[in-house]
Amino acid sequence: MLTKRIIPCLDVKDGRVVKGKSFINLQDAGDPVELAKFYYTEGADELVFLDITATPEGRDTMVNIVERISMEVFMPLTVGGGLRTIEDMRRMLMAGADKVSVNTAAVLKPTLIREGAEKFGSQCIVIAIDAKRLNGNPPPTNTQQVDPPRWEVYVQSGQKPTGIDAIDWARQAVEFGAGEVLLTSMDADGHRAGYDIELTCAVAKATAVPVIASGGAGNLVDFYQALANGKADAVLAASILHYGTHSITETKKYLAQQGIPIRI
Amino acid sequence: MTEQKVIAIIDYGAGNLRSVVNAISRLGYQPKVTNRAAELLAAQLVVLPGVGAAASCMANLQALGIDNTIRQLITENRPFLGICLGLEILFTATEEGGKHECLGIFPGQVRKFPVGLKIPHMGWNQVKQRGNHPIFAGIPDSTNFYFVHSYYAEPEDKSMIAGETEYGVHFSSIITRDNLVATQFHPEKSGEIGLKIYANFISLADRRDSGRLNMRRQ
Repeated sequence: MLTKRIIPCLDVKDGRVVKGKSFINLQDAGDPVELAKFYYTEGADELVFLDITATPEGRDTMVNIVERISMEVFMPLTVGGGLRTIEDMRRMLMAGADKVSVNTAAVLKPTLIREGAEKFGSQCIVIAIDAKRLNGNPPPTNTQQVDPPRWEVYVQSGQKPTGIDAIDWARQAVEFGAGEVLLTSMDADGHRAGYDIELTCAVAKATAVPVIASGGAGNLVDFYQALANGKADAVLAASILHYGTHSITETKKYLAQQGIPIRI
Repeated sequence: MTEQKVIAIIDYGAGNLRSVVNAISRLGYQPKVTNRAAELLAAQLVVLPGVGAAASCMANLQALGIDNTIRQLITENRPFLGICLGLEILFTATEEGGKHECLGIFPGQVRKFPVGLKIPHMGWNQVKQRGNHPIFAGIPDSTNFYFVHSYYAEPEDKSMIAGETEYGVHFSSIITRDNLVATQFHPEKSGEIGLKIYANFISLADRRDSGRLNMRRQ
């Protein structure tokens, strides 16, 4: 049976990991290669690196980092952040990334997804979507109202609304050839109060590719809910893992006990 | 240190072979990435990584004139490892991109997963072992390996099926015939246990039958 994936996400700026300074067993907790090795040993199922560098020099650094990681870590790597062109994708894939994620550039030019999928295969192309709830947050409880919830796509690191419906966009991106959806709830992100289950579930139902839930993990139950109720195929988490609130091992053990198929 | 063996990785121009190179390098070998028939025939072990689409893979192998080299290597029972598309391409034909002829070394069709499943089949899944091929040395039954694929092969000769995995259907996730091994999963992405698959594969070069063939060739 296919297992659900637990994916740590590392933000990298100018070659340094910007979150997760609290690791105590690492010589250099800001070194992406050290952190990748740490999570590899811990049993993470995959790794996502988000390059939040603003400069071209930083981009070159990221390519170099991916090269070094792929020599030490034998697990799937996704790299995203600021990838604009086929050439950007190619550089990351040739450096050793297995998948590249695109966000803003794909909204501006959806054919980028199609070109990427044709060149490298759908399995290499992840559509990253930052979605924000339109009709109220938190979602109304005990509702009699019939209006289904809706979410809007934001780009440029969540700063710019696009007017595009997130569910529609996910569906379209998959039609263009995206092989996976990395779905971040902007409402839930950073609050550690749980993933947006409705959003996750809606995208999971609307698309026929794997969906990675992102944003909001605060405790182990949140992972369970995203996987069981949200129908996510994988959960992405940053601070809950980086700051040592819960380890990968502990997370996996808990989920396995709850009956979620997990690779231990 | 391990004795150096000549390991060739077939580069048919579809892209990223780095993970496979890295995995083999990690085990202390220096694999040779090549698309030249002479180098493939001179190697003790040959790896066919799976990158890209089946049709372009076939076209490239034919254009490079190494489709027949691959047939020869397998016919001569030389240690050969196919990965993902490198497994699928060994069979008769694939449904990928309509219908395309493959190498036809083994009779069988390559089919797409049925509708209703999330495709690609992406992530870690268990391989149920059948038989006791040396590729499984030190690897427990039902170990998880990393998969990412939309098609799977149905060998006509069921005795080739060395391992099966369930994803909507039960499919052949590893096939073997003597010194031929082909995996639908990616051992180079499957952690330390995946590296063990490479190590076991490389050990096939020490078997007497493959050794004799190599001696004769050199």
